[in-house]
Amino acid sequence: MHRFANPARFLRITDAVLPWSAALTIVLLALGLYYGLWASPVDYQQGATVRIMYIHVPAAWMGMMIYSLMAIASAVALIWRHPLADLIAKAAAPIGASFTFICLVSGSLWGAPTWGTWWVWDARLTSVLILFFLYLGYIAIWQAFDDPTRAARAAAIVALVGFVNIPIIKFSVDWWNTLHQGESLFTGHGSEIDPTMLRPLILMALAFTAYFITVLIYRVRAEIIARKLRVLRLSAIEG
Amino acid sequence: MTRKRRRLYFVLAGMTGLGVATALVLSAFRNNIVFFYSPSQIVAQHIAPGERIRLGGLVAAHSVVHEGDTTLFVVTDKARSLKVTYTGLLPDLFREGQGVVAEGRIGANGVFIADQVLAKHDEKYMPPGVVAALKASGHWQEGGGGAAPAARAADAAAAVPAADAAKGYGK
Repeated sequence: MHRFANPARFLRITDAVLPWSAALTIVLLALGLYYGLWASPVDYQQGATVRIMYIHVPAAWMGMMIYSLMAIASAVALIWRHPLADLIAKAAAPIGASFTFICLVSGSLWGAPTWGTWWVWDARLTSVLILFFLYLGYIAIWQAFDDPTRAARAAAIVALVGFVNIPIIKFSVDWWNTLHQGESLFTGHGSEIDPTMLRPLILMALAFTAYFITVLIYRVRAEIIARKLRVLRLSAIEG
Repeated sequence: MTRKRRRLYFVLAGMTGLGVATALVLSAFRNNIVFFYSPSQIVAQHIAPGERIRLGGLVAAHSVVHEGDTTLFVVTDKARSLKVTYTGLLPDLFREGQGVVAEGRIGANGVFIADQVLAKHDEKYMPPGVVAALKASGHWQEGGGGAAPAARAADAAAAVPAADAAKGYGK
């Protein structure tokens, strides 16, 4: 694992990955939007409103996946003192918060015509709102310390504590009666989503993932440079 | 024991403790997190008339009657059912065989008086053509997972009482 700890090596590897992930983002997003907005059928119950799903569901997946990644990176940082792990978690947080926000807003816009309400305090909606607040809290903790080493440790603990929310979000629709509908994809007896609708959903999820990788690389690079700058400034003051 | 190993055990122990604590808290508040009660749960938990609750289930087939602005319908979980009266606009997805959540209270006559009706939509997504094909081939099940998980658990129970309740309505 420490093979990737060297920032110079990280920059070299990401130099090779970046053009591919950027190109993939554009291609997958174009395909996903084309299939999602034009080349897919309307739903038998909801009509064209179902197209909100192609934004809402991948955004929700990203919100949960990015938080899980942050929790893993935080554990790696706490246990093995991996120098890049903290930076990856820190750089990922605003992207995850943005996806969670998109999930909440698109869900609200979807709920208004279909359910008849913008918002209800059911277990799924409430736990996703908590996820959004966890992201904001995590970002705020980084800003609250002057010493980045102490900030990293506090933020990592917050990320790990907040991780208990992820299985709660995932299983909320099974554990409790919720207004939000149940699991469609991993039901145990196959997908409840028609293949023609599954295609744009998967394409959009892959596009979001490629976008996340691209932006994450840029943000981690910026963090590495910022850290170098800090070291140079400190040595200039001392010297 | 190296320091890395000690930190690893510390994080693992912390996460386990946190997970257990959360599970205990959630199971303690289990009834408070319930968003709606199914008709069976209302009977089982002796919910008194006048108490504000949310009722969830499927709108029984052939039970919807419109009387001006007021809509009468039957909510069923396929084991038990409850008559509902509601005055106001209904959401787009309100229809027979689909899930609903109605907020209100049980009146003295045993009819649920709703002041808000929300439509629950199921986890199925498919184009209208597929539905038509399923219906033609006889593989179509009306209102599959509308009131999950309460209705799903009750699926095994006979659907006869619900149909009876629906029949005696609006005549």
